[in-house]
Amino acid sequence: MTSTFAGTAALLRLGWRRDRWIITAAVLTMAATAYGSMAATLDLYPDDTLAAAGARVMAENPSVTALYGPLPSLTAAGVGVLKTIMMGSLFAAFLAFALVRRHTRTEEEEGRFELVGGGVVGRRAPLAAAVCLALLSVLATGVLCALALLPTGVDPVGAVALGVTILVAGLVMAGITAVAVQLTATTRGAGGIALAALGLAFVVRAGADTSERGQDLVYASFLGWAERVSPFGDNRLWMVVPAVALTALLLVAADALLQRRDLGAGLWAARPGPARASARLGTPFGLAWRLQRGALLGWTIAYAVLGSVVGSLASSVADIASSPGMEQMLRKMSGGQGSILEVFFGTELRFMAIGVAAFGITTALRLHSEENAGRAEVVLATRVSRWRWLASHVVIAMGGALWLLLVGGASAGASAGAVSSTGVGELLPAALATAPAVLVCVGLTVTLFGLVPRLTPLAWALLAAFVLLGEFGALLELPAWVMGLSPFDHLGSLPGGDANPAGLVGLLAVATAVTAVGALAFRRRDIAT
Amino acid sequence: MTTVIETRGLRKTFGATVALDSLDLTVREGEVHGFLGPNGSGKSTTIRVLLGLLRADDGSVSLLGRDPWTDATELHRQLAYVPGDVALWPNLTGGEVIDLLGRLRGGIDERKRVALLEAFELDPTKKGRSYSKGNRQKVALVAALASDVPLLILDEPTSGLDPLMEKVFEDWVAQARQEGRTVLLSSHILSEVEATADHVSIVRAGRIVDSGSLTDLRHLTRSSVEATLARPLAPSEAERWPGVHSARQDHDRVVLSVDTSAVGDVVGRLGTHGIEALTCQPPTLEELFLSQYRDELTAPRPDEQAVVG
Repeated sequence: MTSTFAGTAALLRLGWRRDRWIITAAVLTMAATAYGSMAATLDLYPDDTLAAAGARVMAENPSVTALYGPLPSLTAAGVGVLKTIMMGSLFAAFLAFALVRRHTRTEEEEGRFELVGGGVVGRRAPLAAAVCLALLSVLATGVLCALALLPTGVDPVGAVALGVTILVAGLVMAGITAVAVQLTATTRGAGGIALAALGLAFVVRAGADTSERGQDLVYASFLGWAERVSPFGDNRLWMVVPAVALTALLLVAADALLQRRDLGAGLWAARPGPARASARLGTPFGLAWRLQRGALLGWTIAYAVLGSVVGSLASSVADIASSPGMEQMLRKMSGGQGSILEVFFGTELRFMAIGVAAFGITTALRLHSEENAGRAEVVLATRVSRWRWLASHVVIAMGGALWLLLVGGASAGASAGAVSSTGVGELLPAALATAPAVLVCVGLTVTLFGLVPRLTPLAWALLAAFVLLGEFGALLELPAWVMGLSPFDHLGSLPGGDANPAGLVGLLAVATAVTAVGALAFRRRDIAT
Repeated sequence: MTTVIETRGLRKTFGATVALDSLDLTVREGEVHGFLGPNGSGKSTTIRVLLGLLRADDGSVSLLGRDPWTDATELHRQLAYVPGDVALWPNLTGGEVIDLLGRLRGGIDERKRVALLEAFELDPTKKGRSYSKGNRQKVALVAALASDVPLLILDEPTSGLDPLMEKVFEDWVAQARQEGRTVLLSSHILSEVEATADHVSIVRAGRIVDSGSLTDLRHLTRSSVEATLARPLAPSEAERWPGVHSARQDHDRVVLSVDTSAVGDVVGRLGTHGIEALTCQPPTLEELFLSQYRDELTAPRPDEQAVVG
């Protein structure tokens, strides 16, 4: 028994050695965000009576509920923690996912496990070490976020409950990822499975929270569990118990799968494929398409489902906003134009656009992984020019992003149109109007790839910074120019409001410029080997 | 004969590391040129500069009369490249990769494709991730050798191949030479270069330290001549003959180290002593190589280190 775990401690130290800076930076950023959000809210509402008025408005706003869940309590602390609950949960989930996958399947796929596996390392050690690293990082996030709230003078039990919220989400996602990496032989495949589970959990949670009757369905989602810890509300600290139980169950399942498969293989065996290439696989674009089409199909299905779920919320949103006083207040709160339904969709579509930007970045990062793996070199030693090779991936990243916005907007419009006056005619253009910001994100990835190829994955940090600016920038009263660093800040307020054509044209110009800079720099630099 | 590859004073640094230090390499049309050197001597860096993947810091490079940095795309129509460590797309089959690379190069010889798959015993229906290192290497070799191009650039192409497959590879290189193609074959496996190449350049720490035809290089070094003689010959007498560097008695034989160019002369003089048996060994490439690297062989051997430890 112990021998199958031999080397776990050494691998854990190796993992920490490799990722210590990024983990430290990420965890501290999250804790600082939790503190900043709480401190700024407490400044805004010096006492709970004042807070209750504002809180009531927030509590009844369906777009807020869909994104962040219900308000834990009508207090200033409740308002101050609301965004941190869901953002912290998602953060912990992504952190756990990234760490478990990076130290298991990625290592195995790159063949580095063989190097390690030849030493005194037990069969279970790599998974055990990766899960330990993820759990410790998630635990550190929870503890530091809880500690970060204490200087603001809030109820310590609520602060601990926020830590538990974060822990619940991170624990379960570590378990889900541990199972996912056993199923397929590829890093990307495992990522697809784990992120699909996370996306499903989010959609189920959002749907349950905004529906009138299906509230209990929220417990079908582990993000729902995290949310219902309800820090500064009911403070259900015991929610950590079912989370630990489910995580243990998932880890046992992952271990059982691990025992059944070979090193480097997935549970789903690789089947033989065609002996000849199809006619389309003969150009750089054909190759890029072949490499990306599976992922694009998965994202397309996800966005069709997500769009129709978001669209179907239209009826409950319309119900809630039927009182004119409420509608006016909501509109003032969100600073948007148009009806409450339009404001709701505007918020949701921006959120979907961030997901599409993530698709664009991960697709453009193929450039980086192809070069690093040495596969770019083989292609670039044929008559394919560097420009064409780069363009083949960028076209799929940008074209795929536009396609996903189209699918999401059309699907939301179709299902919203069935129950309300807002339909495809409004939501499709609104979804496509977010495209310039998405294209800037892809373009920045290309810039990094051209100028500082080793740091290309920093594109994720840029996207995270844009999201944080959008979520917490106004609350922290950051100056306008700092807020304006995020491309998403320059989008208009569609549907219903001003499209901000000047902003969109500006974003398109920036997207073109940063892409061109990246392409020119790539043309002039050495290919990494 | 026209020059296919020519570099003059080629220099490439990576930070503080000097990878290429004034490297002069000349490869003529129709020759199989062995590019010999140990790991880290600059072989792959040279090849990547020749392919336009890296930009030289200094010096001139000409490939088929053009600059590979500015005319990479045009030049790549006329060459096929096999890297030393082939990375394949995990979800594409070997057959798909062969077709893809062939098409990207501008065409593939169908008959050769079939013959090569058979000769290398490669299953084209397996996915990239399930190939062993040797089989990944075969995929790239089949794609390159089946391409209809005048220049083959092969960077340690047989790493991971078993000896039987190395023989198959050597046969196909010989075939390529018969077709008039030029081959640049980088390697640290001396027997492979000896079996296939007619010209050799030896690279050391980013410089070419010796270059020429295999015959020329052999002339520059010493052959070993062993003779059993009817009438005894004192080693001290043999050492006075022109071209003889050393002589010693080994039981009934006399063993001489002779300049390869003087072998004929020496055998004639031995004849006057009545030759009963004679073996004459030309220098192997290994000896050529070692003579260039002799001072590095003073590094401690594992058993010596063990004594210290």
